[in-house]
Parts: sequence; structure tokens; C-alpha cells
Amino acid sequence: MIQVEHMNKTFKVARRSAGFSNAVKALFHKETDTVHALSDISFHIGDGEMVGYIGPNGAGKSSTIKILSGILTPDSGTCQINGRIPWKDRKEHVKDIGVVFGQRTQLWWDVPVIDSFELLRDIYDIPRHQYLITLEELTQLLALEEIIKTPARQLSLGQRMRCEIAASLLHTPKILFLDEPTIGLDAVSKLAVRDFIRKLNRIHKTTVLLTTHDMQDIDALADRVLLIGKGRLLLDGTLSDLKSRCEPPCATLDEIVASLYREFHI
Amino acid sequence: MNLIRLYVNFFLMHLKSMMQHKVSFFMTLTGQFLISFNIFLGVYFMMTRFHQVKGFSYSEVLLCFSITLMAFTLAETIFRSLDTFETIIGNGEFDRILLRPINSLFLVLCSKIELTRFGRLLQAVVMLVYGVSSSSIVWTPLRCLLVVLMILGGICVFAAIYLIFACLCFFTLEGLEFMNVFTDGAREYGKYPIGIYGKNVLFICTYLVPFALFQYYPLLYLTGKSDNSWYLLLPLCCALFLIPAFLLWNLGLRHYQSTGS
Repeated sequence: MIQVEHMNKTFKVARRSAGFSNAVKALFHKETDTVHALSDISFHIGDGEMVGYIGPNGAGKSSTIKILSGILTPDSGTCQINGRIPWKDRKEHVKDIGVVFGQRTQLWWDVPVIDSFELLRDIYDIPRHQYLITLEELTQLLALEEIIKTPARQLSLGQRMRCEIAASLLHTPKILFLDEPTIGLDAVSKLAVRDFIRKLNRIHKTTVLLTTHDMQDIDALADRVLLIGKGRLLLDGTLSDLKSRCEPPCATLDEIVASLYREFHI
Repeated sequence: MNLIRLYVNFFLMHLKSMMQHKVSFFMTLTGQFLISFNIFLGVYFMMTRFHQVKGFSYSEVLLCFSITLMAFTLAETIFRSLDTFETIIGNGEFDRILLRPINSLFLVLCSKIELTRFGRLLQAVVMLVYGVSSSSIVWTPLRCLLVVLMILGGICVFAAIYLIFACLCFFTLEGLEFMNVFTDGAREYGKYPIGIYGKNVLFICTYLVPFALFQYYPLLYLTGKSDNSWYLLLPLCCALFLIPAFLLWNLGLRHYQSTGS
């Protein structure tokens, strides 16, 4: 159960005009802009839900994920996940969540993937028998058998992403945050990742919150969509709600979202 | 106990990664050995010319040098990740560290164990053995213990400096090269007993950045130049320097803003 109420987060960003003289000026006097990454965000996500979190670049998607996973502290507002406040009870909280950052890797570059997994077993202190069961299941569902003994640097992006997802799930978290999990993947890998997430949700009732720019991800996975723009939550509804908002009826999901972005001026 | 096992496992991972790049590893190892050897040659030639510096003989300077080198090298091997903390923040690795149910500082230390520094460590061991055996000091158990305390105290001081350096990265999100004055600089100056640089330097190195506490004062006792037994305890005081460093770390952690992804 994820409950977010009136959450705000601002960042200070240094601002200066182009040119060398301005760069020198900035050395002595720094002008900063306050950017409202999130303003007054509220939503609830029930257990076992699969929610798509969409919005243009810089809308605040990653900031939300980082707050929900306890990395960042919001300026105000409350957030409770399974009865815990993520940033206050960080160490307990992170045992319950798995996080995949599509653009970053948590695998050790030079050693076989299985070694990275073993280290994660130690980090999360997973009992050996439970680890073996989970690993067996993940290996089967994500077809890791062939690639698990290869160093991460020799894997293709698609293979690595599958390993990445497995690495985030070894400690059997109840909640999974996916930050652009299909970015840069080919068609086959995308389908494999989507298929896996659906199965995971069906078998283990894992709650999934997914940010993406690929509308087909949303179509395939999300029962519910949160649209965020300029730090504000603009829409919270099902995929058909989203489609019905569009006049005239648009052909593709991408066009619908683009028209929504236009409608909300984001 | 669990943390020790985890540290060993991280250590093994670094070793495995390192072995993937054998040539690079051994080149760096040799390089590290030679750099320290160079510093030793500097001291050697200086001392063959002048025989003594402010009352310290060649073997005493050598002992001082080897103890400082030992402390510095051990600290650098263990705390190297703090020295490059800006990259850990910059590439998002620190976000990942915060996602683990373990103390973040511990995991930062685990993220980089500088095995190439073993070249320097080997050099430090050779120097220490040479320094201890060539000195005219009568080695009582107390004096042996003092040498160990001096090394431990030195590690504390260097560790605290690395930690303060890392904390500043929380605020600047960038590395501050000037902090190397305290680490690499101290290693260079630490070749000789701090006292020879004059009153002002000694004052700074006593009360501000306590290099002299593990190096100069205990050395005075060790070489019999002073029989003030309080000097025995000074290396322990170095550990106190860690307290403000830890407080600063916690402050920085609260201030952490992450980077875009």
C-alpha cells in the first residue's frame, strides 16, 4: 500500500547566461532558480496494482521514484509505504522494494552476473534456500540460464536489462519500481520484459510502479495511469479514461499522450 | 561479524574484477611501488649529505617516514572511495547504495578497495622493517606497542580527512582537489618529523589537523628525546578527530540531493 499526500519537492538550480564573462561572474555571485520538481502530489496505490507513471522529461517522475524509495526527502507532505516512511525508516523500507533504473546498472561490470547475484544475497542477507528458489524461478522466467555466467560487460543491452531486473528481485520485494525499464531495447527484449512483469504481478501480486516514454509499455502493463507534468499530477485514471479524453479519437496512444501534453501545456 | 564477512566478499569481488585486467593491475602495482621508492631515495640522498636534520638521525627519519607511509597507505587502500566520492555521487552509484539495507558509509567504503595500493603497502612494510631494524632504539614491548598505535592513529587522521573531503562533495557535488594538500601533502611532509618545519607548522599539525599527534610527539618518546609518557597517549587522541568528521558526514547525508537520471 503506497499512500502519498500533498508531497512537495524543490531543487535549487544554478542559473547563468551563456558566455565566458557570465561564467566568470557566476564564480562570485551565483544566481539560483528554485525548481518545483513536485508540487502537491497525492495518490494511493493498492497492493498488487500495476500503475504507469508518465509525463515528459523533467516532469518529476524520477524524483517521485527516488522519494518513494527513500533516497530523497521531500520538503513537505507525507508518504507511507506499507506503514513506513521511506526516508525515515530507510533500511527497513528498502528490504520491501526493488528498484530498476533503466539507465544505470547495478551489476559488476567485469565479473559473471551470478557473482553479482551472490553478493546481493549477502547484502540482503537472504537465506540460502530461499535465494536458490528465487534464483531458479527468475532464471526460468527471464531465460537467464545461458547468460548468467557471462560478465555483464559482454552482455547485450536486452540481456543486461533482464539480469538487472532479476538482481532487483532477488530479495523478493513486495513493491517494484521500474524507471524506464525498456529504454533502448529491441522488440524481442521489450516483449520479454513486459511479459515477465505481467507474470510477476500475477504470480506474486507484486505492486508495480513503472515510468516510461513507451506508450506500448503502458498499454501492455498498466491498469492505471498517472500523468505528471511540471511537477503536478494532472490525471489519475485508467487507460480508457485517457483515451476518451482525446478529441477527435486518435489513432495511436502516442498521439493521445502528445495531445494531452498540449492540453495541459507541459 | 556480518559486516566483516560482507567486506571480505566485496574484497573478493574487487579482486575478481581486477584479475580481468591483469596487465593494467600489475603495471599500476609496480608504479605505486616505484613512486614510494622514489620518495625514499629522496630521503636517502638528503641524509647522506647532511647526516642529521634538527637532531634526528638518518635511521630516525627513516622510521618516521616508514610509519607515516604505512598509515597513509593503509588509509588510502581502505578509504580510497571517499577520495573519489564525487564520481560515486555523480554517476548515481550513491543512489544505489541508499537502496541497500546497510549503513551507507560502510557500502561506500566497500565500493572501492584500492588493491593496486598493495605495491605501496609492500614498500611501506619493507621500509618499516628496515627502519625498525636500522634504528638504535632498544625495542621494549611498550615501544613496539607505540609504533602500532602511531600507525593506527595515522590511519584515523587520514581517514577523517578523506571523510571530510567526501562530505564536502554532498554540498558541491564536485571534487575539491585542494583537499589533496592534506593527504598527499601530509605524506610528502611526513617524510620528516613535523617538528623540523618550525613552530607554526607544528602548531597547525597539533591543534588543527593532528598529524603531529601520531608522528612527531610519539617519535620524540620513541627515540628517547623526551620521556614525557603522555606522548604515548597522543596517537589515541587522533581517533577524536573522527568525531567531527562523522558528524559532518551525517549532516551531508541529510543534505543529499541526488542527480538527475
